[in-house]
Amino acid sequence: MAEIRLENIQKYFGAVHVIREVNLTIKDREFCVLLGPSGCGKTTTLRAIAGLEEIDEGRILIDGKPVQDLHASDRDIAFVFQLYALYPHLTVFENLAFPLRATRMPDAGVRKSVTSVAEAIGITHLLKLRPSALSGGDMQRVAIGRALVRRPKALLMDEPIGALDAKLREQMRVELKRLHLENGSTSIYVTHDQVEAMSLADTVVVMHDGVLQQVGSPSEVYLRPANLFVAQFIGSPVMNIADAQFRQEAGRSSVVLHGEAFEIPSQALTMIASKPAKDIALGIRPEGVVLSHAESPGAHQVGVHLIQPYGPFDIVDLTVGTSTLRARTASGFVSGKGQRVWASLDASQAHFFDKATGASLGFRLE
Amino acid sequence: MGTVTSAQQKLGNRLANVMIVVALIVFLAPIYWIGSTAFKPRNLATTVPPTILFTPEVSPFVKLFTKRVQLKPNEKVDYDNAPWWEKIVIDGGERISRSGKGEVQLSGYPSRFLNSLIVAITSTFLAVAMGTITAYGFSRFKVAGEEDWLFFILSTRMLPPVVVAIPMFLMYRAVGLNDTHIGLIILYTAFNVSFAVWLMKGFIDEIPREYEEAALVDGYTRMEAFWKIVLPEAATGIAATAVFCFITAWNEYAFALIMTNRKAQTAPPFIPSQVGSGLPDWTVIASGTALFLLPVAIFTFLLRNHLLRGMSFGAIRK
Repeated sequence: MAEIRLENIQKYFGAVHVIREVNLTIKDREFCVLLGPSGCGKTTTLRAIAGLEEIDEGRILIDGKPVQDLHASDRDIAFVFQLYALYPHLTVFENLAFPLRATRMPDAGVRKSVTSVAEAIGITHLLKLRPSALSGGDMQRVAIGRALVRRPKALLMDEPIGALDAKLREQMRVELKRLHLENGSTSIYVTHDQVEAMSLADTVVVMHDGVLQQVGSPSEVYLRPANLFVAQFIGSPVMNIADAQFRQEAGRSSVVLHGEAFEIPSQALTMIASKPAKDIALGIRPEGVVLSHAESPGAHQVGVHLIQPYGPFDIVDLTVGTSTLRARTASGFVSGKGQRVWASLDASQAHFFDKATGASLGFRLE
Repeated sequence: MGTVTSAQQKLGNRLANVMIVVALIVFLAPIYWIGSTAFKPRNLATTVPPTILFTPEVSPFVKLFTKRVQLKPNEKVDYDNAPWWEKIVIDGGERISRSGKGEVQLSGYPSRFLNSLIVAITSTFLAVAMGTITAYGFSRFKVAGEEDWLFFILSTRMLPPVVVAIPMFLMYRAVGLNDTHIGLIILYTAFNVSFAVWLMKGFIDEIPREYEEAALVDGYTRMEAFWKIVLPEAATGIAATAVFCFITAWNEYAFALIMTNRKAQTAPPFIPSQVGSGLPDWTVIASGTALFLLPVAIFTFLLRNHLLRGMSFGAIRK
């Protein structure tokens, strides 16, 4: 098991700068998820760590040892590919044994290791089959088994369950988490699915345009997004973002979104005034938009535009001025389009961003 | 099966079957002609209209493998003590020539046939091996001017090879390669390698890179990954390419005729040369041709599963 450290990694594909100045430390036994939209450089970063992609600048250290000039085969890490990459001409047993054969391990040892890893991932009954006879989930189990069998220093996974259907994905997610808890191998996992990232990770690394946007625990990136990109990328449905103007009149402070005023604590105005940012964007997740059927102080009457029932809750689009605001309500709370309800903002769930840089102003109201 | 077929589709199916039968007749008629002539008595080989029903004989094959001379009008032969196969020849008005020690002298056919096997198998192996490695390089590595190289490789096939036959012959004679196995092997390998590169590149492009990358991170070198992963995965393509290369080398006539005359001569120029020696015996020529068809037929038959998959391989994008 190992600590992996990236220092000032730079990578170009021709003129395209795909990894920009990436610095990251993944601690021993940590499960780190690289999260970002496609083309953000997360897979390239992973492949660079594996040695499948050369980097143009910087250093990659595994347990303090620079490996950026070593061949993939000399880095002692395992890689799980999105499309499994099981060898079609070999049986499941031979697929699992393949990495061990590279080390010229004697047959008895190979059999023992393969059997024990097959038991751990529950595929003992499949050992004699060819990959083409397996279901997608089983193929991915075998692929993960092949990665674990050698007890590598680190386990790298490139969207390993992205090709499975939703139900199987959920099941495999749980299995991956269990395997990680049992084996404790340092793991780096690439995905564009924030649910996978949040549920699996010790550390989430959000990437965009080859730049690390934020590194933190799942709750950190959810509760304290470092910038507008992270705020909008994490969380479903997406956080409401609106240009915000602040007003103070008759002892009440309010924020104007899309031309409509919502009351917020005056503390917010003092905090914002202390920051150098000129234009402010306010972000609030749907659960921070509170609806009520009765008028309440500071609330604002709005019309219901669209209702998406999710089962345990509804997502309701409200018409606010020229735009919409999205709220999360108990299911069935509003009955239909056109209904008028009272909306207020839960200020403790509001995020403030500098519009010019996109960066968070770095405070939350208590 | 569960598919629903309409009356129209049934008619279409029947029409397709008829077309297949017609096509088969067209393709197989020459084969039948060669095959039947190979077993005909000499006097029935050239009848008009062709004789369909006859008692098959093996005399053409006996004659094919032996050296014979015409019997002189009053020549005496030891007919009673001759083995059965020699009697057939004597019945046809010829006798098998023997060496001073009385051993039967073989015709040129067996050694020509062997030459064909040596040249075709070796050149096929070389062309496919070189083609596969070259294709792998083009497929997996960044090669400066890749498109131009590939075009250049194929351009060697853009003129009829016979065009360069005379200069090739002069060069071969100057370096002593004419009438040698190695000379023909080099020639056929050169013909086939460009074709093999193009064909194999298509096949190797279809093998996902992840297979090798998985092997690379699992501790194998690129060479090992090539042997253990790429080659088995490309087996279908290699089989298809080998069949095509083998057929080309096996059937090549013009260069074999020009570049060889005895020692390294292959069967294609030898078989028709027999027309000129004495009166043409079409049954012998047919038997030589029929035997000559067999290796390709057997080779193709053994690889037929790979070949069928190989031809449709890459036709559908995943």
